[in-house]
Order: sequence, then C-alpha cells, then structure tokens
Amino acid sequence: MEVQFVLNKKQIRVDVGTDAILLNVLRDQGCKSVKCGCETTNCGLCTVWIDGKSRLSCSVLAASVAGHEITTLEGVEKEAAEFGAFLADEGAEQCGFCSPGFIMNVLAMLRELDNPGMEEIKEYLAGNLCRCTGYMGQLRAIQKYLEYKKGEME
Amino acid sequence: MKPENMRVVNHPVAKVDAQALVTGKAVYTNDLAPSDCLVVKIVRSPHAHALIREIETARAEAVPGIECILTYKDCPDKRFTMAGQTFPEPSPYDRLILDRRVRFVGDAAAIVAGTSEEAVKKAMKLIKIKYDVLEPILDFRKAKDNEILVHPEENWKSLCPVGADNKRNLCAHGVSESGDVEAVLESCDYVVDRVYHTKANQQAMMETFRTYTYLDAYGRLNVVSSTQVPFHVRRILANALDIPKHKIRVIKPRIGGGFGAKQTSVSEVYPAIVTWKTGKPAKILFTREESLTASSPRHEMEMHVRVGADKEGNIQAIDLYTLSNTGAFGEHGPTTVGLSGHKSIPLYASPKAFRFSYDVVYTNVMSSGAYRGYGATQGIFAVESAVNELALGLGMDPTILREKNMVREGMAMPAYYNETAESCALDRCLARAKEMIGWDEKYPCRDMGNGKVRGVGVALAMQGSGISSVDTGTVAIKINDDGYYSLMIGATDMGTGCDTILTQMAAECLDCEMDDILVHGVDTDISPYDCGSYASSTTYVTGMAVVKTCETLRKKICERGAGFLGCPVEDVEFDGERVTNLKTGEFITRKDIGNRVMSFNNEPLSASEAFSSPTSPPPFMAGIAEVEIDKETGVAEMIDYVAVVDCGTVVNPSLARVQVEGGIAQGIGMALFEDIVYNKKGKNYSNSFMQYKIPSRLDVGKIRVEFESSYEPSGPFGAKSIGEIVINTPSPAISNAIQNAVNVTIRELPMTAEKIYRGIREKTERE
Repeated sequence: MEVQFVLNKKQIRVDVGTDAILLNVLRDQGCKSVKCGCETTNCGLCTVWIDGKSRLSCSVLAASVAGHEITTLEGVEKEAAEFGAFLADEGAEQCGFCSPGFIMNVLAMLRELDNPGMEEIKEYLAGNLCRCTGYMGQLRAIQKYLEYKKGEME
Repeated sequence: MKPENMRVVNHPVAKVDAQALVTGKAVYTNDLAPSDCLVVKIVRSPHAHALIREIETARAEAVPGIECILTYKDCPDKRFTMAGQTFPEPSPYDRLILDRRVRFVGDAAAIVAGTSEEAVKKAMKLIKIKYDVLEPILDFRKAKDNEILVHPEENWKSLCPVGADNKRNLCAHGVSESGDVEAVLESCDYVVDRVYHTKANQQAMMETFRTYTYLDAYGRLNVVSSTQVPFHVRRILANALDIPKHKIRVIKPRIGGGFGAKQTSVSEVYPAIVTWKTGKPAKILFTREESLTASSPRHEMEMHVRVGADKEGNIQAIDLYTLSNTGAFGEHGPTTVGLSGHKSIPLYASPKAFRFSYDVVYTNVMSSGAYRGYGATQGIFAVESAVNELALGLGMDPTILREKNMVREGMAMPAYYNETAESCALDRCLARAKEMIGWDEKYPCRDMGNGKVRGVGVALAMQGSGISSVDTGTVAIKINDDGYYSLMIGATDMGTGCDTILTQMAAECLDCEMDDILVHGVDTDISPYDCGSYASSTTYVTGMAVVKTCETLRKKICERGAGFLGCPVEDVEFDGERVTNLKTGEFITRKDIGNRVMSFNNEPLSASEAFSSPTSPPPFMAGIAEVEIDKETGVAEMIDYVAVVDCGTVVNPSLARVQVEGGIAQGIGMALFEDIVYNKKGKNYSNSFMQYKIPSRLDVGKIRVEFESSYEPSGPFGAKSIGEIVINTPSPAISNAIQNAVNVTIRELPMTAEKIYRGIREKTERE
C-alpha cells in the first residue's frame, strides 16, 4: 500500500506492506539513526517524534502515520550535535547505540517541560535504557546543557 | 612522566568518534550492510537435549526467495570453539556449526537463508525436524560424573591441560594451594563456612549480535562483525568452515557494546557458511530474544568458602571451592573459573594458607561465555560476603576488619601467581570511600521511622590488566604527507573509547595534537595483530605498545631529520613539530619531513612495536552501598553508591568515570534483579527485556566515583586497567548493606524483595 507522510520536513510517499513497522520503513528511507534494541518496547532506542511527540517506532504501523509528521535524529541534526557535545564531554555517549533514541527524547523533554527538576528528568527518560554508562553522565550532560541554554536565553 | 606534567593523557578528552555517534551516523554493522544481503535465520531446538533423527527441508526450499537451507549434513564434522582466546585456546573444541545432537533449548538445528525476511520466516515454519528427545542435565550440581553425557562424541578435543574430560561432563578441573589449609583452619578462633550462589547474567549490550559477509574480488570471505576479537574470529571461522585462515578477512566497525559477550563468536559462523556455500552476501541480526536465549552469558557459580581468623580478626586461611556451570559448550569455562579464586583471595594479603579448587561442568542450558569481571565477579561476591560474615561473627566493623587484612603496596600475593602488588592504593580507596559515604555516622544502619531502614555495606575488589605472558598488542604508526600520523591498532574499540585513549597516549609521546593523528578501526588484512579487547588488556597492553612504537618512531624522525639537515643525529632534537640542529639552530618541520619521504625514498618512515607483559598488575577498588529496605515488603532501593578506584594513572578521567558508573549500574542489576530463569524442561523464560530486567535510571540511585591513583611502573604513563573491576563490588556491598539494615544474609543472587522479605519473616518468627 502507498503511504504519504512528512519525514524530516520532506513530504514522502512510500510503498509498504500493511504490516510494515515504522522503524523498518524509516531505516529503509536512510534514517539509520533509528535503532532497534529489544522488539518489546522496553528500551527506547527506536524513539522518533510523531507530530512532535516521542513515540517508539518499533510499535507503530507505518500505515498509521499517513498524513503525519515524522522526525528522526537526522531531522534535528544541528540540535543533536549541540546537545551531543555535552554528552561527549562527559564521555556519556559511550558505545553510542542508544544515543539517537535518548537524544530524541531529551530534545522532546526540553520542548515539553519547563525547567524540569532532576526527578522529573529521570521519570521522563526512564524508558531510555543504556547499558554502558550507568546514567549518571547522561544526567550531568543534561544539567550542563540546561544551564548553557538558560545562559543563552539571558 | 608524572601525571601533572602531561598535556593530553590524564585529561578528559571527548571520544574521537563522538560526533558521528551523537548525530546517529550509519557506522554500525547493520547500517553498513549492503541491501542485497541474504537474510539468515536459525531454526532452534525446542528440546534441551535431543538427537535429530530426520530433517525434511524440501517444502521449505520451495518457498520463493529461499536461497539455501543448511543442516548438520552440510557442515564440516570438525569441532572448534567459539571462544575468542589466544591459540591454543583453553576452551575445548566441542562445537560444530550445526550438530546432530542439540544441547539446549535454542541450540541451532538448521540455517535458513533467503532474499527476504518474510520468505525466511515462512520457510522456517515448513522445515520438519524429528527429534529423539533425550533426558537433559539441568542441575549443575548433578552434572559431574552423571551417566548422561553432554558431549559423548569421540572428536571432542581439549587443547590445553585444564583437567577437562568429556566422559565426566568436565570442562575443567584444578587445585592451587599454598600451606596446609586444613591445619591452619583448625587452629583458627573463628571460621566462617558458607556456600554462595551467583546466577548466569546477560551482558545485554544494546546492539545484539550481528554479522554480514561477502566474497571480495579475490574470492575471499569478508566478514564485517560486531566483535571484540576480530583476529580470533578469523581463526574461529577458519576452524569452523575448515578453510585456510588467509581466505578470511574480518572488519570491525563501531560496536554497540560488548561487555565480553562479543568475545565469543556468537553470530559469525551462520552468514559465513551461507556466503561460503552460495557466494552471495549474507547477514544475520540476532533478535533480542536470541541474544537472551542463545548467547554467551556469565557462568553460574556455586562457591563454598571457608575463612578463618584469630580473635583479633587477623585472617589466617581462605579455602574456596568453585563449581562453575559452562552450559552446553565450554566457551571460557576453563578460564573464568580461575579468576573466581585468583582475583578474590589475594585481596587479603598473606594468609598462612590458602586453597582454591574448582570443577567446571557441562549441562543442557545455553553456553556461558565472557562477561565483564570474568569469574572474579562471582568469586569476589563469595569471598567478600564471607569476610563480611566473619566481621559479623567477630562483632567487628567490616571496614576495620579489612583495614587489618587487606593487601597493600609492596606485598606479595601468593594466590595471584606470586606477583607483588607494585602499585596499590587500596588502603586510600577504602579510607576515601568511608569518608564519602559518611561510614562512621551511618554504620550499620539508620531507622528512617517510616517502616524503612537504611544500611551501609562494603566490599573490595581487584582484577587484572591483561592476561600475563599471553596477551599481545601490536601498534604501527606511519607518517604521511604534511606530517600527519596514522595510528594503526588491532585493539577493538567497543564503545569504551580505546581509539581515543590510545590516540591520547600517542599524542603525548609524539608531542603533537590529537588532530594530528588518525586512528584506524580494525581490519585483519591491514591492522597489526592484537588479541582483541578483553581481559582488561587494552589500556595496559596495547597502551604500552603505543608508547614503545612512539619511542621508535621518534628516533627514526630524528635520524631522518638529521639526514635532511646534513648533521649527526646526536646534534638534533625533535619537539613534535620540528627537528632542530641544536648547534646551528637550523630545523626541518615534521610537515616537510612527511612530504620529503614521499620522493626519492628508500625507507618508509614508520614504526611498529609489540608488547606483552609477564605480569598483570591488578587495579583495586573499594565500593560502599547505602540501601534502603522496606521492612514490610522487603524491597531494597539503592540510595547511594560510592566507589573509589585505583587504576593507576587515569588516562581519560571522563571516560574512566563512565566506565565505573556503568559497571556499578550493571553490578546493581546483577545484585538485585537480573536472573536467567529456566523451567523444568530447560526452557529459558528470561527471553525479553520484559522478563530480564536491566536497571533503568530509576533503579540505580546515586552513583559517585572518585579515583585514588597509584603509579604502575610497568604500565603506560603509570596506568592499569579499569574496564572490568568496576562490576565486582556491588553484589557483596549491597548484600552487606542489607545484612546491616535488617540482619538478613542473602547468599544467592539476585537479592530480590521476595528473598529479603522471607529472610525478615524467618528472623521474626525465630524471635
């Protein structure tokens, strides 16, 4: 079947099976940042935005996004690099495999929450698993990035 | 060179590949695989132990798009091991790519390759396999000398004298001792005599096992794989396919985590045999379910410990017997078990006697493998828990007991192959950890007044830095036009950052910037030999190879510069940018040298050196956990974890810190909830992240890390290892915290709320 949607600000049209999963369709479209870590919606690696909200692309049928707007890390590369530099300064990207999904959710959080506290941040990102870092470095990076952004605004 | 005088080493440099990783570039195996790869999948046994009587594949082969279906009849009958170890491997040669005998639920029974996932899945359903179901051995305590044999075959082979005997289900057996343990224990005022049990654990790296393969212009098998051991994979595939090693090339792209899992060649043989048979590119991606049910988890171990002391708490003797469960195959079985004793007993300076004996047995569960800590984690849980029980028995603060007994710099370690602790700041680590947590105020526990009580608990740990007299790292550096350097390494960065820290070392040695050096990932056709990234070897072993290579290259640069300047080499100095004639002030830049050696040149300007060490200097650490127990439910919640590590000079403080934090988080998972659960028929229930829970950011509490560095004279810039030791303290420290909070001692991991609750209830009923 044919599905049309907006991918990273570009209108696209893809021919997919009725049971095609969005995750696979996005990877086939060259968005290799979108990773699969578990197949059971536990890990957060496949996080993309649908109409600006974080969703797990492993549990979304491609057919269901017709007419919607999808954003992957490739679509917010500049912002990802900006926050990513803070992550890298902490050494907290480590293997990097969970970074795209994690960064997508961090950027979604910054859009959704105003000046979030540490507990709020941990809750929001609880679905993004990371096996390398023990999470502390990620949290340091977020805190420093928030301070930097605040400084930028002032 | 002292750390404070270093320009690049001992600084928190960002990883050289960071930009690509945080912007999601296509750098991992599956991102790079050509789109026309055949999809390879495995039909797996539903039985824990069976013989294949018949496989009917005709209907499956007729599915459009199916390229080949392989059964045991198509595979060489030559046994090999998937363990990534230096030849001759201590792990027995006990595997075939496909075998008539299947040995665990999930063992490979057939390989299916086709042009699409749909076709392959359809074909898998149409393959009919008739099994003669056999009785399995599922209890590892009953495996040794059982009449059921996991490996009765005649072509089973053990290459090393590790005490293996397939006719007894023994993968290894051994004893090492010093002094008369029984007599010394007899003379002790107090003896702890306990049994501890650690379960198999999954490394659960976010990128599952995956490999793609293709034939190149020379008809050679090219293998791109998420592996920690490219050079070993080359040998393993040559053995498995029974073809010469020169027919195989292995390339390692970026790796999405390994933690030891990828020190076993879990996925490579399947697409390799498909490509070798069909000539077509092929790819396998393990699902998470396969990665949790047919992989290479930590060895389950049961450890019987006896620790004896005098009235004052001076430890006199340690006796440890370890029973290790290697599962269906012997990967890393003979070696992991050794660390359970050799890296736990030496924490306590020189008891008058020690004994360490072990058996490693085959059973019909998934094969074990290498997981961060590699046996030391299990042994340290047992020995440290026993020392904590000794403190309890003596009515002594467990940190004071350790201050009396722990190994200190300059001491001999009889249980550690008689090596001396040339660098050891363990005493400072423990002192600082106590300060950080506020031990003296918090020990043993504080009632929070809301049904909850907070306890603190302590453990020490050690590991090694590479495998002594075995691990070999080779490095090559060449100088290119405009004078930039290529750093060629065979060590495999699996996310841990060795490409970065080895570049830091080279930049320090060559007096240049990081940007002047290009580092190459591993390609067995091009990279110099390295045994791979495991056994905490890279910083220490390959790091020293970098230092040696740079020294040689600097000499050559001076010689060449002096030649161009027309003066004796004794008169010149190289400052990283230019070679200067100290007598005349004349100089030639590195850039000019790089360009000039590309014309009318008869000798390449490059250097290559190897390093292997006769010793394996241990890093040391102290970990203290603060845990809150809900007395009504038994739920244990992590509040705070402090870790102070002596890894010698810290090469990159931010990467080292994240190693520690990550290792502790994994250790917390192991301690509190990670468990591989089998049913009575050997089916693995822990087959997804719904059942096999790894810690989320809500489960780990606060983790705080500091370093107390010693200086290791045999290491690069005084450095030792960091990667593995960090997983060793959480289990015993958390167990001790629970003990100090609610007076319940849990000797079997994981320490779930149910076990704690039951312990509290039994205690209440007794009282």
